[in-house]
Amino acid sequence: MKLWIVVGVTCVNVVSAVLAADAWKLPPETVKYQPGPGMELAVANCALCHSADYISTQPRLSSVAWKTTVEKMRLKYGAPIATNSVDRLVDYLVKNYGRAAATK
Amino acid sequence: MHRRQFIAHAGAAGAGVLLGNWTGRAADDIATLPFDNGDRPLVKYPQKRPLLRLTTRPPQLETPFSVFNESVLTPNDAFFVRYHLTLSPPSMDVLGPEKFRLHIKGEVNAARSYSLAELMAQFDPSEVVAVNQCSGNSRGFFQPRVPGGQLGNGAMGNARWKGVRLKDVLEKAGVAAGATQVAFNGLDAPVVALTPDFIKAIDVDQALDGDVLLAYEMNGEALPWLNGYPLRLVVPGFYGTYWVKHIHEITVLDEPFNGYWNNPAYRIPDNSCACVEPGSTPRKTVPITRCNVRSFITSLADGARVKAGSATTLRGIAFDGGYGIREVVVSEDGGRTWREAELGRELGKYSFREWTLSFQPARAGNYELKVKATNRIGQSQPREPLWNPAGYMRNVIETVRVEVT
Repeated sequence: MKLWIVVGVTCVNVVSAVLAADAWKLPPETVKYQPGPGMELAVANCALCHSADYISTQPRLSSVAWKTTVEKMRLKYGAPIATNSVDRLVDYLVKNYGRAAATK
Repeated sequence: MHRRQFIAHAGAAGAGVLLGNWTGRAADDIATLPFDNGDRPLVKYPQKRPLLRLTTRPPQLETPFSVFNESVLTPNDAFFVRYHLTLSPPSMDVLGPEKFRLHIKGEVNAARSYSLAELMAQFDPSEVVAVNQCSGNSRGFFQPRVPGGQLGNGAMGNARWKGVRLKDVLEKAGVAAGATQVAFNGLDAPVVALTPDFIKAIDVDQALDGDVLLAYEMNGEALPWLNGYPLRLVVPGFYGTYWVKHIHEITVLDEPFNGYWNNPAYRIPDNSCACVEPGSTPRKTVPITRCNVRSFITSLADGARVKAGSATTLRGIAFDGGYGIREVVVSEDGGRTWREAELGRELGKYSFREWTLSFQPARAGNYELKVKATNRIGQSQPREPLWNPAGYMRNVIETVRVEVT
């Protein structure tokens, strides 16, 4: 057991040294929201919690699916989306990332 | 499998001018997953080689599929990364040996807390080789497509995990009679107070079965920062959602845990296939638990070319939720006939199992290679993909099309 403590502590020390040498920084956020009407709602309500690639990597979802997602973010995750902004935000998402975007 | 798009320097400048958006910044290499909207930048993170970046904040990184042909154990620097909450990973400041402590509380005789060094000193070490697979691995292949992380097949990995047994730690604290579940919380955190903290729970019987580990090492090294340093839960056979990273709080409960990440998140249709008619909604759901059977060809990517008459060794991996792989069969003709592959050394019932088979196509033409595994209780893989609205548990028989010339 004693040997194990020594090995364990040494291991932690080596790791700390390696960790210190490495820069503990994550790469910057580079993905931007698609410009267009409603983008300010996405920036104000989505960007607080997640990067834009959470949206841009989604499949070309229908307006029903985008509405479900926005409501999930609002009701389950506490996204600060005003109820009277929901439809405009959904329109922006469908137009730029949804089925409508696929045919552009 | 991944089409890497390298843009020559001069060519990139030219393309930038044409597109009118050249910024002078070197573009990331791009891997293209084989579904719509599947381009992913290959990005280097601390302690990682360039991985397919699905999302930036919180980070989700996928392993390039070619890595699974390198070794049966997935290298730490290529192991996938999946976080849920905005403030992830936690800062190294709170994870280091001076700050980090693990707390055991709730329905126990005596609440306890340990530094990492104390855990290592006071409990015997234990090891297991086990696959960690994201519930939504391969979600991008679902048809119809479903919302969620659009992953290819690289949100899985196999590692040798070393730590202390959860059972030993819980028994030291003394689990109270009447305890039903044990909940686990990590140091990752939401930025909005209303966002549910990422907490998962398992039944107390499973928590005490001796298989579940509090792991501090992965493939002989400390856990990488992005894989849960300094301590993570390892629940062999269960999907990665239970493998709580940066774990700092274990709470024994006297009633079933019903937090958001257990209900309504991470649930599957309550039937034997965990599936429903594509596009429909399940009537009843249950928490996702154990991995189903999967197998892959790793030595040839889709679209590869092979010379007629020459012998190639086909190689790949198979795994399941902990019964162990009994048999792997391979078809060269789209599933009409099958040959049994040779299984590699078993590293444990929770591990990837390597398989090999000689492939010597006599005639030129297009070959549809398929691989199918069966586990020790007879569970196998479906010919057609199963569907559920969350995009979990894909395990269709995989196909690799090769051209023999």
